[in-house]
Amino acid sequence: MEASSSISIEMIHWLAALVVLLPLFGSTIWFWAKKYLGEKWVGVLGTASVAIPFIAVCVLFFELNEPILVNFFSWITIDGKSLVDFSFRLDPLSLMLGLIVTGVGSLIHIYSSGYMHGDEGFGRFFSYLNLFVFSMMMLIWSDSLPAIFLGWEGVGLCSYLLISFWFKEEANASAGKKAFIVNRIGDFGFLIAMFCLYKAFGQLSVQEILAALKSSSLSPEQLELTSWACLGLVLGAAGKSAQIPLFVWLPDAMAGPTPVSALIHAATMVTAGVYLACRLQPLFILNAGSLEILAYIGAATAFFAATVAVFQNDIKKVLAYSTISQLGYMFMAVGLMAPTAAYFHLITHAFFKALLFLGAGSVIHGLHHEQDMTKMGGLRKKMPITFWTMTIGVLAIAGIPPLSGFVSKDAVMSVAKDSDRALIIFFAFATSFLTAFYMGRLWVMTFFGKFRGHHEAHESPAPMTFVLIVLAGLSVVGGLINWPHFLGGGEWLGHYFSKVVTENVSTSEHGLGILIFKVGMAVVALGLAFWKYRNFEGKDFKSSAFEIFRKKYYVDEIYDFVFVRNLRRLGEFQWKIVDQGIIDGLLNGSARWAQNVGERLRRLQTGQTQTYLLLMWLGLIVLLVGTWKGR
Amino acid sequence: MSFSIAHILFICFGLFVLGASGFLIRKNAISMLICLELMLNAVNISLVAFGRMHGNESGHALYFLVITVAACETAIALAIILNLFRLRRSIRLDDATVLKG
Repeated sequence: MEASSSISIEMIHWLAALVVLLPLFGSTIWFWAKKYLGEKWVGVLGTASVAIPFIAVCVLFFELNEPILVNFFSWITIDGKSLVDFSFRLDPLSLMLGLIVTGVGSLIHIYSSGYMHGDEGFGRFFSYLNLFVFSMMMLIWSDSLPAIFLGWEGVGLCSYLLISFWFKEEANASAGKKAFIVNRIGDFGFLIAMFCLYKAFGQLSVQEILAALKSSSLSPEQLELTSWACLGLVLGAAGKSAQIPLFVWLPDAMAGPTPVSALIHAATMVTAGVYLACRLQPLFILNAGSLEILAYIGAATAFFAATVAVFQNDIKKVLAYSTISQLGYMFMAVGLMAPTAAYFHLITHAFFKALLFLGAGSVIHGLHHEQDMTKMGGLRKKMPITFWTMTIGVLAIAGIPPLSGFVSKDAVMSVAKDSDRALIIFFAFATSFLTAFYMGRLWVMTFFGKFRGHHEAHESPAPMTFVLIVLAGLSVVGGLINWPHFLGGGEWLGHYFSKVVTENVSTSEHGLGILIFKVGMAVVALGLAFWKYRNFEGKDFKSSAFEIFRKKYYVDEIYDFVFVRNLRRLGEFQWKIVDQGIIDGLLNGSARWAQNVGERLRRLQTGQTQTYLLLMWLGLIVLLVGTWKGR
Repeated sequence: MSFSIAHILFICFGLFVLGASGFLIRKNAISMLICLELMLNAVNISLVAFGRMHGNESGHALYFLVITVAACETAIALAIILNLFRLRRSIRLDDATVLKG
């Protein structure tokens, strides 16, 4: 495989190592170095430690023609055989996502240096962000499941640290905890999957497991284990990618700084579940049932999250539910055996959702940390750059041609339409309409009408607007990487991925009618939103029938009632009855007994030398009599 | 008239019991010290008697050892009693019960 690449194998090693080591190195420095370097240099160098890896990934991306395994060293050796290698698998899937993570990551680092300006945790923030990039690269590049798990946990940790970044407020800290704990449930599924795969194949390397799947006929026992592994992976992916039933953490995760929401909770980390499902696709194909589960989970999540998003007033909450909804689209596409469509949507979503989040961040920054959309409005004139870039983002996600969101969403919707599953088709199309509507609502409520806030709004500083413009550009042209045949494109991404994923070949024709219907739906939804909210005065849908959406289907309340309270009750039982009652009781009881005995024996110590002596002699006499008798 | 070993051991026993009971009964530290010497010397006499019985000098050698140790011990004991008197203005051991539990 070396023959096909034009750079030497050592060079590949060095570049791949650089990509993970530089952010890791950076993460150990910035939190203490801000004092000595100052904000400006921490911002520049912190960005460089992600931008240089981005260049390295670009080189690898353009120079590698074949998938390659870069082996560094053996991590865990059992019986003289290396079980876990520290190795990277560089193939189209991982390189593409690597580009997104480091590329969008670099942009968000630049943005952060403007957004976090003057924050006392500036250095700490860059440390965490660098650590996140390191973990994410480990997650997507590692070949061995434990190494992937290392990255998987690493991004979870960074997510926790960054959600509760402003930890002095109770709400932020508990949002971080919630994200961490809900993710643990998903990690449990991942671990189970890992155990099952090890039991079935005796390997932990993804490449070798997939090779074993392809080459040999599997015994029934192995098949059963793979199906359990698939279920575990579905749970793990649902946890990380915020799908039903584990999506509850993502809306709360908006407590973190906005660049974090853009990088971790929209563009990269939450797509890890989709990535994993693509990476282990042969395993899922073997278990068609788990693919069905993925598809239905995805479609249901997409729809329900979209219905909730329509009724949120917090600008970041709208975007959070929108992210959950779009991730549902990706899951649905993966479940319907269309990983290219899922990946394509993942990439364009990374661009336009990062753009939307950063635009929202710019608005929040401009309004001095006001997030309530009912207190915004009329910002079109005051923040022109933010307005125009956000407009592109909104149009992209709504699916207006020729923006990137249009083509990628169209690919996903075609997949749904081909599936001939009525429920999924309904969910997919209804979600598309709702998406356009709530994004229109967000756009109109923020930028049109009268200003309803208190603070004087101002445009954001140059680093932030620069990033917005770059991302807006990417959101426009991002669709070109997989421009569909029926619009005269080459579907480059599909060809690029054809070696590593299996595609369910589309059968239906892309008629002009359906295209017009989709675009028309988006335009109508946007128009409806504009018509309803252009003169927004604090009035929204008043009917109590919508209360269920406003309360997010009471999912948090149900979980609280079913799980949280019972767990707390169990905890209190363990604490008060088992620990304080039984365990402490035993310990304290034996201590008290020893004390009582000691209290009695104490009297023997009179302090009178002669008493001691008398007792000694009595003892001596007893001994003497004893030996005499015994003779 | 010759003494048998039994006679001498009886005398030793008598002396030892005298010393031991004195050590238990007397409260004055000096008296207790004297009783202690009495016990030691009872043992010394028996040692010399045993040495003669076996016809060798090991008993005599042990006697010298004991008397030396006893001298050292007495010196230390007297020093302790002196300090006790300085502290308490009394050498009654009833008063020295700091180690009472």
